[in-house]
Amino acid sequence: MLNVGKIEEGFVLDHIQAGKSMSIYEHLGLDKMDCTVAIIKNARSKIMGKKDILKVECDIDTLDLNVLAFIDHNITINVIKAGEIIEKRSLKLPKEVRNVIKCRNPRCITSIEQELPHIFFLADEEKEIYRCKYCEEKYSQKDKF
Amino acid sequence: MRHLMSPLDFTTEELDELFDLAADIEIDPEKYAHVCDGKILATAFYEPSTRTRLSFEAAMLRLGGKVIGFSDAGSSSAAKGESVSDTIKVISQYADICAMRHPKEGAAFVAASKSEIPVINAGDGGHQHPTQTLADLMTIRSMHGKLDGFKIGLCGDLKFGRTVHSLINALVRYDDISFVFISPPELRVPDYITDMLKEKNIPYQEVIKLEDVIADLDMLYMTRVQKERFFNEEDYVRLKDFYILTKEKMDLASKDMLVLHPLPRVNEISVEVDEDPRACYFKQVKYGMYVRMALIMTLLEIDTEAG
Ligand SMILES: [Zn+2]
Repeated sequence: MLNVGKIEEGFVLDHIQAGKSMSIYEHLGLDKMDCTVAIIKNARSKIMGKKDILKVECDIDTLDLNVLAFIDHNITINVIKAGEIIEKRSLKLPKEVRNVIKCRNPRCITSIEQELPHIFFLADEEKEIYRCKYCEEKYSQKDKF
Repeated sequence: MRHLMSPLDFTTEELDELFDLAADIEIDPEKYAHVCDGKILATAFYEPSTRTRLSFEAAMLRLGGKVIGFSDAGSSSAAKGESVSDTIKVISQYADICAMRHPKEGAAFVAASKSEIPVINAGDGGHQHPTQTLADLMTIRSMHGKLDGFKIGLCGDLKFGRTVHSLINALVRYDDISFVFISPPELRVPDYITDMLKEKNIPYQEVIKLEDVIADLDMLYMTRVQKERFFNEEDYVRLKDFYILTKEKMDLASKDMLVLHPLPRVNEISVEVDEDPRACYFKQVKYGMYVRMALIMTLLEIDTEAG
């Protein structure tokens, strides 16, 4: 595997579905931060065949990682301190996601008013169902983007 | 500041207070004739709905207030591309309360989130039309005497009928109510509703012919069955008469079964039924106005004892 240097302080997002790392990079707002980020695409994986990995050198608590749970459950987070994994974090579905998915209901007010943020709230945690805050259109995790 | 977006925004206790107020308005309208003196209601109707707009306007005028507004998007700033958010901010400068009707779902919610005055959702596409549901509940409460302990038949297009879904969701909060759904197979009530009823252990049955069940009902909520909703002409011809309420069918019903309808009616209730004392649909219009009066007062936080 291509070798990307170990990070000292920060976190690693592993088991990202191959090809999704750039969208995660954007959703986490990493493009707006000046920390070091390594994006590894199509790394070999025993379980997944191919996967993406993100290595980020910044304090994990400055980012809202819950959005990751919405994007992909299977992502694992390893928190790194002094070059060692000190914690593995699990993800919790966020209560609300903003501008991550768009409402597909053609009758929704967001379909004609472009400047409105697309907001979905967690309507059923067990069934992983989100609904548009405006029209309540269902968004199921199964038909993910 | 409070808005009304969905019929479920108010708890059943809050609804009781609202209906108590509406009932008092019915008894003594004089007492309320000036409680909104100096207040302005804006009716922002991005699509025409004469009936709803008249009800809101009559409600405000009967409280002593005044009304401004527009009633289709073509004549308003929306035609020039102004957003709902901007429009409500402008309306907030003129009026004390706004009733908004919009063809897009969630429009009133957008308005409420940007508004400086209370916003009432007067219908947002196929999504919510809470004051219709409040009018239905108020009618049931007034005519039946209470909002629990009855068997209600809902007849007609139960698949696309927003009014029906909204009423069911509002009624399941009360005790001892059972539902009878009367519709052609292709227009049955959606699964999410029957699933919800099963989950809550609320009895319901589904039938195709009104005649088969009408004798058992305490009230009957009629809606229109549109020809376009049928898969084919044959089914329409075969089934359409099942969903027309006639004098003959009324003869099968109990002597105090109430008949409701959100109006406008086309032909699903024969005009001969109008004379029947059990027909409540025109009273429903009046209760709709009383409940809107009570709602305007509540959202404007006008003291009930004022005046
Ligand atoms: Zn929507």
